[in-house]
Amino acid sequence: MGADLRTRYLGMELPNPVVPSASTLSSRIDTLKRLQDAGASAVVMQSLFEEQIEREGLEIHLVLERGTESFAEALTYLPELEDYNIGPEAYLRHLELTKRELEIPVIGSLNGSSPGGWVRHARLIEDAGADALELNVYFVAADPDLTSAEVEQLYIDLVEAVRSSVEIPLAVKVGPFFSSMANMARRLVEAGADGLVLFNRFLQPDIDLETLDVDPTLHLSTSEELRLPLRWIAILRGRVDTSLAATTGVHTWEDAVKLLLAGADVTMMASALFKHGPEHVTTVLDGIRTWLDEHEYESVEQAKGSVSQAACPDPVAFERSNYMRAVVNYTSPYDWRAAPSEPRA
Amino acid sequence: MSQGAAKRHVTVDGNEAAARIAHAASEVIAIYPITPSSPMGELADAWSTAGMPNVWGAVPEVVEMQSEGGAAGALHGGLQAGAMCTTFTASQGLLLMIPNMFKIAGELTSTVFHVASRAVATHALSIFGDHSDVMAARSTGWAMLASSSVQAAQDLAVVAHASTLGARVPFLHFFDGFRTSHEINVIEPVEDDVLRTMIDDHLVRAHRERALSPDHPVLRGSAQNPDVFFQAREAANPFYAITPAVVQWTMDRFAELTGRSYHLFDYSGHPEAERVIVQMGSGVGAVQETIERLTVAGEKVGVLEVRLFRPFSTQAFAAALPRTLKALAVLDRTKEPGAPGEPLYQDVVTALTEEVAAGRFPAMPRVIGGRYGLSSKEFDPSMAKSVFDELAKPAPKNHFTVGIYDDVSHTSLEVDRSFSTEPDDVVRAVFYGLGADGTVSANKSSVKIIGDATDLFAQGYFVYDSKKAGALTVSHLRFGPRPIRSTYLVRRANFVACHQFHFLERMDVLEVAGRGARFLLNSPYGPDEVWEHLPVETQRQVIDKELRLFVVDAQKVANEVGLGARINTVLQTCFFALAGILDQEEAIARIKQAIEKSYGKRGKAVLEMNYAAVDKALEGLHEVIVPKTVAGGLHMLPPVSPEAPDFLQRVTAKMIAGQGDLLPVSALPVDGSFPTGTAKWEKRSIAHEIPIWDPDICIDCAKCSLVCPHAAILMKVFEPIAADQAPGSFQHKEWRDRENPGLWMTIQVAPDDCTGCGVCVDVCPAKSKEEVRHKSINMEPKAEHLEAERANFAFFEGIAPPDKRDVKVASIKGSQMLEPLFEFSGACAGCGETPYLKLLSQMFGDRILIANATGCSSIYGGNLPTTPWGVGRDGRGPAWSNSLFEDNAEFGLGMRLAIDHQATHARELLAELASEVGPDLADELRSADQSTEAGIHDQRKRVADLKRRLEPLESYEARELLSLADALVRKSVWIVGGDGWAYDIGFGGLDHVLATGRDVNILVLDTQVYSNTGGQASKATPRGAVAKFATGGKRIGRKDLGMIAAAYGNVYVGQVAMGADNAQSVKALAEAESWHGPSVVIAYSTCIEHGIDMSTSMTHQGEAVKSGFWPLYRYDPRHERDGDLPFQLDSRPPSMPVRDFQAKEARFAMLARSRPREHAELQRLAQADAEERWHFYEQLAGVERHPPGRLEDHEGRAEPPAEEEEVEPWAPT
Repeated sequence: MGADLRTRYLGMELPNPVVPSASTLSSRIDTLKRLQDAGASAVVMQSLFEEQIEREGLEIHLVLERGTESFAEALTYLPELEDYNIGPEAYLRHLELTKRELEIPVIGSLNGSSPGGWVRHARLIEDAGADALELNVYFVAADPDLTSAEVEQLYIDLVEAVRSSVEIPLAVKVGPFFSSMANMARRLVEAGADGLVLFNRFLQPDIDLETLDVDPTLHLSTSEELRLPLRWIAILRGRVDTSLAATTGVHTWEDAVKLLLAGADVTMMASALFKHGPEHVTTVLDGIRTWLDEHEYESVEQAKGSVSQAACPDPVAFERSNYMRAVVNYTSPYDWRAAPSEPRA
Repeated sequence: MSQGAAKRHVTVDGNEAAARIAHAASEVIAIYPITPSSPMGELADAWSTAGMPNVWGAVPEVVEMQSEGGAAGALHGGLQAGAMCTTFTASQGLLLMIPNMFKIAGELTSTVFHVASRAVATHALSIFGDHSDVMAARSTGWAMLASSSVQAAQDLAVVAHASTLGARVPFLHFFDGFRTSHEINVIEPVEDDVLRTMIDDHLVRAHRERALSPDHPVLRGSAQNPDVFFQAREAANPFYAITPAVVQWTMDRFAELTGRSYHLFDYSGHPEAERVIVQMGSGVGAVQETIERLTVAGEKVGVLEVRLFRPFSTQAFAAALPRTLKALAVLDRTKEPGAPGEPLYQDVVTALTEEVAAGRFPAMPRVIGGRYGLSSKEFDPSMAKSVFDELAKPAPKNHFTVGIYDDVSHTSLEVDRSFSTEPDDVVRAVFYGLGADGTVSANKSSVKIIGDATDLFAQGYFVYDSKKAGALTVSHLRFGPRPIRSTYLVRRANFVACHQFHFLERMDVLEVAGRGARFLLNSPYGPDEVWEHLPVETQRQVIDKELRLFVVDAQKVANEVGLGARINTVLQTCFFALAGILDQEEAIARIKQAIEKSYGKRGKAVLEMNYAAVDKALEGLHEVIVPKTVAGGLHMLPPVSPEAPDFLQRVTAKMIAGQGDLLPVSALPVDGSFPTGTAKWEKRSIAHEIPIWDPDICIDCAKCSLVCPHAAILMKVFEPIAADQAPGSFQHKEWRDRENPGLWMTIQVAPDDCTGCGVCVDVCPAKSKEEVRHKSINMEPKAEHLEAERANFAFFEGIAPPDKRDVKVASIKGSQMLEPLFEFSGACAGCGETPYLKLLSQMFGDRILIANATGCSSIYGGNLPTTPWGVGRDGRGPAWSNSLFEDNAEFGLGMRLAIDHQATHARELLAELASEVGPDLADELRSADQSTEAGIHDQRKRVADLKRRLEPLESYEARELLSLADALVRKSVWIVGGDGWAYDIGFGGLDHVLATGRDVNILVLDTQVYSNTGGQASKATPRGAVAKFATGGKRIGRKDLGMIAAAYGNVYVGQVAMGADNAQSVKALAEAESWHGPSVVIAYSTCIEHGIDMSTSMTHQGEAVKSGFWPLYRYDPRHERDGDLPFQLDSRPPSMPVRDFQAKEARFAMLARSRPREHAELQRLAQADAEERWHFYEQLAGVERHPPGRLEDHEGRAEPPAEEEEVEPWAPT
């Protein structure tokens, strides 16, 4: 059909703007192939969690040592196995295999905790053949002595350190919780990020009302959640010269189109793929294409950013707390009377 | 200096040394765990799993069998089919192999069994080393080759495997359990090409050609009659005649290849010795050291080491003895009561008699025999010297003992304990540690570092505790310039380390310290303040022995780097710094290499923590300037309270203090009977944190008391007490019970008995409304509460328990109001088995006999010095015994038969004596309903009454009835054991006992693995779990024992998990006990081997059930009689995936890391197992059964056939 779906992301030319984001979907080669076949233009691998590697090592150590050399009949309780694959080797082997088996670009993802660890693992991911690297930075600043300036500097130091150690394009995935998101975005780019991925979602605590236990869980996102990246992509597009990827809440072709219009170079999805399967990529792509055709857009590039803050007729809308307008809309007697039983579009 | 520079050395223990040869020289290996040989099987299994080939380039087939009998049978078959076969065993395991050993020898089949020889259980079980097992096998017709050191355990393993092929006689190769099997020493390894050369391929092929094959069939195993059996037996004689020569030829060949020379009998000592000891096994090392010292002093002494014990070559024996011999002492490490002498002694006497008669030996010397070293009793140079001294006497004592003080039969020799042969150029170090602190691991590492990396020789030997929680370990290390053959504990250490400060107040750690020794103390107090915190007794020894005292706060360093309780790396570094064996830099580099080797697989974080500990250790090490006088008022604590009963004061206290060796023979019971209820007198006080009760939010659920594995948190409900009667800190609350208002209740911790496992806190459901983490029970630092809780507990103990008749025994709260008659066991902290036993003791402890299979429950239940089975206030309590591992169901059945017989006979006598004791009483006694506590109470009263009335009667019947009267009160027999017993080794017996239909109750404490021997797979091990002997993950699902039992129809079966459903567990035990037929309760028991945090033991059980991994059910044959369906599923349909349950247990999760693909596949199958089983059970829940039961159950129910009725004669149709 007509519209050209190509886009550029992190300096890479991609056939379309739909990319599966970092999730366990990438843990199986056959799933990855299905994603590729469905049209995914690149794939972000599941994150390598440095903290998890450390913890697993310590836990295995604890378990193997517990109770040992205490009692003459049982000097150990569990057999020592040949290997526990502690460390990034299994991840890297999987990344290498993925790279061999897929034709689309493979973006490695790293979630670290120590400065040394970030750099070491970033290099390993590069050496394993990743086309690009996504740094997934997440950190709950719970210490009241830690200022926001210090937190921001941690991010900057980190990005600089990783940037100086790898050659491949570098995306930085962050959360929205900065006092000045726009400033932070610019500083991240100055520190060496080739792109920003907005925003990450992590475990959030929940309280079990029966046991009163606090249970950190991750629920699948909903389309509602895309408003936050939508706002910030629209604001940043044109203000910060970098690739922008939208993630969180991308479920339908409508979601994707909105984000592209706001200025995203790619839209990343995971929850929708968990719900509908890898083939959902095709549905989204078809929808994007149809919308572009129906609205007589020639290409993604043409549509990209056309409703960004800089390009839209009401730039303040992206900054305004949309509350006022929403209240007016919802309480409009006209709306109530006109379509009492119609679902609002 | 040694030849260390020229030759390759390895540092291994005896088990590994022998197992490496056995694995390399075998094709089929059948294994079964038994201490102390288990590591050989584990290694063989691990090597085969890792693909390590044998000398023929193939990976040996390793199979775990259901018992040693099974292993021997499998090997017999393997041998008949032509494979090179081996196994590893000890003690009772060897005994179970004996029937097959006779066959294997009778068929002249080449094979080698390796035995870490161990005491055979007699008046008690012992896991320790002596020769009673191999001596019980000496008539099987096997050649028997004894190794006395780690080096020999390897070398003679080669000789055995090579000789058996040439001789065709099977070989039993043995070495001393623990002393050799577990001693780490530096040895020269047998290189692969040497082994390859030693194993003659022609003979291997000849072995194969003799195999059974349909291509050239023969028949073996015929049955023979009086006409030929005898002759056939004698036909094998030439093979035995030639065997010694074959062995010597093989030894010579081995010497050519390795330079290490062995003989059938090896003599060492003065060439013109007049006094000689004949001995076999590790004790020879101590004798040789003694001889070296005595010959320097001009004494003409020597030792003859027996290597080939069977066939015993009398000629080689006599030829090896010096002609100057005047007196000979034969030392046997076994006891054969009633024999004219122990086995080796008898052989020696026979050999000398024959050789002297034949003129091959000049004259008959004086020969005496003695026993030593039973159950690894120490045998050291001072004892060897006492034997030589005895030989010098004009009338030496025969049939003596050495190493004990026998004040009953006066067999023992006097020993001069001051005699020592320890040379000054040997570093002799003794370390006291806790199992959990890694002391032994660190010391093993140090021995390996020095043994492998330097020219020095090294030895490590480790003494463990009989308790599993808070276990003390003592490590004995030697490092020196010559090979170390000191086969005894270090007695005069020049380095002593105490890794736990609190040990000082409970044991005399400096008793082993020699003059001027260095003493390293892990101390929370710095060099300037530590002195006054030492017990005065310790201070005095430091001063008197002129010790140099060093302190380090290892815990602080370990905490800083994140190692927690594992203080081993810190202290290991300090040891190297103080011992001066290596220079500091090299030592640190070597320690780090060793850390990398041990922990490398576990990831960088683990390595970095340990490296950091090494780097920081020395900063905290300080020498203390020792004052010239003692200071402070601290004293060592007595081992037991002065209020303890006499036996505990005289006997048990010595054992607790580590001075059991000093107890004379007269102190010990003659038949193995010990008082129960002794654990409560051994106040070990091992917890750092204890549970503290907050009555304000308690909901009276009693769960904490129910689940406590150590009976260390208890509940009592009682009448209100006046305020001034209780200690001020004693807490209580109102007991919420509408029927019995006004009562009080309390929850009390036994602060010195608690292990701090935290299970009670994990299960406590009562959370503070204001602060959710605060529960009604909270772990708090013991130090802050000890004084108050000691006083509270003492008061608590004085509160009388309720009358059992007033209590609803078969309920959680009711059972927990009753006294536990199983308390303070030495089980692991958080043990999943012991809560069931404690509950059992509360419910029925006053009337039970327990047959306990060997395993964890027999160890924490019956290992001295103190034991947990207790006595109630009325003097009644569980009567407990352990027979064997394999026969426990039969053992319990025997108890039942005896009790039933006595009861029947008593009732018969009662009928006869009715008029004399009163017809009413006789009637009531005979027809009493004893199904309730009240019924039992009344019957006891009647029996007391009966006894009073019988007392004056003098008839034979009256005397008989008096002696049998107690049998009229209902007794309950509980047969207790683990899954290794019930599913594997004891299954045949268990099945048979179920089939008898008799009233026994079987409690299977199912940990799904052989727990006591260190986690080998059993048939209860679930699919996908990693266990020893299943290192690649168990491939098949677990056996459904419950369904096998239920198939009988008249067997009560309960599958329970206390942590998932408290009430169902209580109910199942009550129903099992009340069912007058066989009952089986299979109790899911969390275990340290599951790889879980044991404080969450009960939570794991909940998830096991929730996932459908362990469904709860009860099959009650009585339901059928009520017109109901017998099978009842008690748990809800699975509501979480098995994978989520398994992900939290290392036994499953480790495989995910190690072999992800297999793990994924096994996990899929494990899910399918659970679903299939659930589906099966769901269908069973609707199945009717009407088993008619035993004849006895019908007696008196149906009308007998009329006498005149003709019974149809059977006739062919």
